Amino acid sequence: MKNIKTNVTRRNALKGLGAGVGTLAATGLLPGAMGFAQAQSSAPIKIGFQKHATGVGSAYGRWYDATTQAAVKRINDGGGINGRPVEVIIEDDGTDPKRGAEVLEKFENQHNVDVAFGTLFSHVVIGSAPRAAELKLPYFVVSEGHHVASGMLNRYTLQPGITDVKSQVQSMAPFVASNLGKKVAMIYPDFAFGHDHRDYFSAAIAAQGGEVVAKIAVPPSETSFTKYFPQIPRDTEVVYHVMVGPAVLTFVKELGEFFGSNRPEIFGFIDSIEAVDIKSPGLEFLEGTYFWEGNPRHAQANNSSFDTNFRAAVGVDNRGASLADSKDVSTYAHMFGCWETLNVIKAGMEASGYQGSADRQKLIEAVEAMTNMPHSDDHPQGAKRFNGKTHQVFGSQYISKVRDMSLVVEHTASIEDGFYEDEVDYTTQSF
Amino acid sequence: MTLFSKPNLLHTGVLLGLIVLYFVLPPYHSGNLSRIMVLAIYAMGYNVLFGYTGLLSLGHAMFFAAGMYGFGLAVNLGGITLPIAFILGILSAGILATVVGSLALRTTGVAFMIVTLMFAQTAYLVVLYFGEYTRGDEGFVVQQAQRTFAGVDLTTDTARYITALILFAICFLALARLVKTPFGKTLVAIRENEERARMLGYDTKVHKLKAIIISGMVAGVAGASYAMLFGYVGATFATVQYSILPLLWVLLGGAGTTVGPLIGVFFMFYLIDFSSSITTAYLLVVGIVLVLLTMFAPKGICGELRRRVFPWLP
Amino acid sequence: MLACLEGAVIAAVLALTAMGLSIVFGVMRVVNVAHGEFFMLGAVMAWFVTYAIGGHPALGFVAALLIAPLLVSFIAAAADTFILKHIKYDPDRTIVATIGLLYFFQQGTLMTFGPDARPVEAPFNHRLALPWIENGETGLQMFWPWGLSITSYKLFVIAAAVVVLMGLWALITRTKIGLIMRATQQDSEMAQAFGIPVGRVYSLVFGLGAALAALGAVLVVPIQQAHYLMGGEPLLLAFIVVIIGGLGSLPGTVVAAVLIGMSDGIISVFFSPMIAKIIATLFVTMVLIWRPQGLFGKVIR
Repeated sequence: MKNIKTNVTRRNALKGLGAGVGTLAATGLLPGAMGFAQAQSSAPIKIGFQKHATGVGSAYGRWYDATTQAAVKRINDGGGINGRPVEVIIEDDGTDPKRGAEVLEKFENQHNVDVAFGTLFSHVVIGSAPRAAELKLPYFVVSEGHHVASGMLNRYTLQPGITDVKSQVQSMAPFVASNLGKKVAMIYPDFAFGHDHRDYFSAAIAAQGGEVVAKIAVPPSETSFTKYFPQIPRDTEVVYHVMVGPAVLTFVKELGEFFGSNRPEIFGFIDSIEAVDIKSPGLEFLEGTYFWEGNPRHAQANNSSFDTNFRAAVGVDNRGASLADSKDVSTYAHMFGCWETLNVIKAGMEASGYQGSADRQKLIEAVEAMTNMPHSDDHPQGAKRFNGKTHQVFGSQYISKVRDMSLVVEHTASIEDGFYEDEVDYTTQSF
Repeated sequence: MTLFSKPNLLHTGVLLGLIVLYFVLPPYHSGNLSRIMVLAIYAMGYNVLFGYTGLLSLGHAMFFAAGMYGFGLAVNLGGITLPIAFILGILSAGILATVVGSLALRTTGVAFMIVTLMFAQTAYLVVLYFGEYTRGDEGFVVQQAQRTFAGVDLTTDTARYITALILFAICFLALARLVKTPFGKTLVAIRENEERARMLGYDTKVHKLKAIIISGMVAGVAGASYAMLFGYVGATFATVQYSILPLLWVLLGGAGTTVGPLIGVFFMFYLIDFSSSITTAYLLVVGIVLVLLTMFAPKGICGELRRRVFPWLP
Repeated sequence: MLACLEGAVIAAVLALTAMGLSIVFGVMRVVNVAHGEFFMLGAVMAWFVTYAIGGHPALGFVAALLIAPLLVSFIAAAADTFILKHIKYDPDRTIVATIGLLYFFQQGTLMTFGPDARPVEAPFNHRLALPWIENGETGLQMFWPWGLSITSYKLFVIAAAVVVLMGLWALITRTKIGLIMRATQQDSEMAQAFGIPVGRVYSLVFGLGAALAALGAVLVVPIQQAHYLMGGEPLLLAFIVVIIGGLGSLPGTVVAAVLIGMSDGIISVFFSPMIAKIIATLFVTMVLIWRPQGLFGKVIR
């Protein structure tokens, strides 16, 4: 197994643990004890990374870790934040919401982090966010969930590095309706993530004059999918699929086996094959189908230098696989979120002159004030616009077609295509 | 039982110890202790059925979840005030326990295990099915603003600890008292030899049903407390994992002892916490410890203490 | 019809896994919570074997079919010798010990194999379009509806499972080893009095049970993928099958496996899958409540 350099984690975590316990005993009951971080300006800025190291999210957790380490290395090579080096402290949340909340407490009370970040799975985010607010700990999630912008969470939770499901789905509808077909059969997992797709897309395609002819919900942890496919009506023009979890490869394979060569148009979310090589046996039928990509996995002909630099830093090749093992495909459509979020944290800390945990509210206010984020090495996925009121960022979305078993971008939805009305204004809430 | 008997002193000592620890411990550990106390309520509820009555249920997560959702939905969807919502949570768990109990108690042994497991699975699927209200496995948040009681904000560390402590103390003392009553002793008799208890004239069916209702309701208290104090309600808490946890806690701490469940939760929590700071493979450590423990200390920590050193341990 | 075929595949694999559990449960009377992990280990080892051998997938597959169950059975026998014997097969302690083993295997696999789901190529796989007969304008006609198909490999899985089960049946009813196993199951004390080395029989049985689960996993892994968390669902289903089929009844286990494997698929065709799962779960529960000895079992003392 390839090992990414992790010298900012275990050792320093132990040191932090020892120092933390000692300091805490002396400084008493104040949460987020300021300790030495304020006294010395060269002490590191600590970022607590809530990683899905075990559990159903572990495949993503691995790549989130790799991207985080690369991003932090780049920041530190460039002089750190406000002249101070960045240190990442990793804790495993087991992709479990109860453990997620406990981990945040550990970050705050034991490791004395400045901010927490990095969660992907929605249920862990929702389970941990209340604790983040109680602990007054800025919590930057990289989750794609609409929960941040829905108003369910709090002013301490932000998502500035990755777009959310609602805007992704919405931006797909025009392309699907005008290029692929107006009668859509949807297949999605039968929990909140899938329901979001079902609801947002139904509304969006109706607005384009199309309709959803079938809504096929697959129970979670299903391992065999063929029995659902007969529910796809004969007059379907487009099959829309988004599946997550370890069984995605089975799903795609069985979809191919079901249709054979006589198939409708197929539009899927790349989540179905994240971390899976598109050249895997059984996936040949994906040729000619379409995918939403959060970040194009295969380097395009007109690739920006920002993307090239990003790939080099993280250690993936032009097909999004690890440089050490070309069969080890990354979760390319999601992991850029960690890179960009860390850069936003840096920008926010620099804009607010962040020195220590007393400045957390200033940090959040500085991030809330951000708007345009240009396409750059800091934001290699594309230009973005941040909505300070809803704490959610908006960006371009890519639609690719599989040609010769490579993903070629056919259409880029603009940032505006994904806009929707604000559902909350966190800036009016008190800290 | 005299007032200053050793068991009474022990129980008082434990509670006093918990009070003192709040002032002594740094906030990280006192925060953990709040969580541990709430989960210990869950473990104590499970102990009533497993430790004292001898019935191994693999479905207690449904009672915990019933309490949690009963409370959470009442507050979020019904706008009901905290104390009433809390009671609603407990009642939901109680009703569920009555229904499930009357059906499940027709089976014994392994069949009982599987039936309780199946009921819990059904409960989990039902929660997911009504995802429109329950938000399924993603869950929902009980906002900070709603979690105030009699003007006290329950989300501060102090309030949380005190509330957890009060709830724990009530359950702890009540259950300790329960096992001393004739009812409690009958449960133990049923555990030891149900045939004999029946032949002596005890209505074992009714006793077992009452045991499962009490056990379920206490689990519901824990679920409602968890939602109230930590602000999150989610279907994850209805999965099999959360049915296995109380079994582990009780077995580790000592089944059939009053203090065992608390010790079990404490031990597991810090085992996981400690080993996760040493290695990312902390579950491996937990697995090994479990195997070793059951090989060499099968009665759990308190159970072994009772067997070898302190025979008076309640 | 499609649901039936798919259900048959599930039933086939389930039958193997459940048989493994049934043997262990029947003879040793212990609940092995880690049984699903033996299944998972079988799949993971199949991946390692095919990866190491490379070349034509059929080669690696055959090797995996032989090697994986063997290796897993050794692991299981070791667990029995060192752990289960020590705790004297006490029911509660066995549950805790096997839960510990579950964490151990899962985490160990995570650390070596990794968190991704990795595919294993099937030795052969052709799509077979299936005809359907409908009353058309010229009378009964065959036509090939969109989507009605099965793969040759899935048919192979069903066939292979049947062969293995028949072999198992022959082993248990016709051979001396089978006789010893059945004797130990009926009355272990009596068997011991007759000079049967009950301890070693237990290890053999435990190993055999694990090997069956691993075999089922090797068969299914080209259809699904190998993933370190894949043991959970097989464990649950296997338990249901064993209890419904009836303790100590081999035909019962097979019938139950077929029932449960098929029912999920067929019910899903008519109801939403979530409702289907709820119905299936409740059905199992009710069977257990009103007929705790299962379909074929004898009443348990």
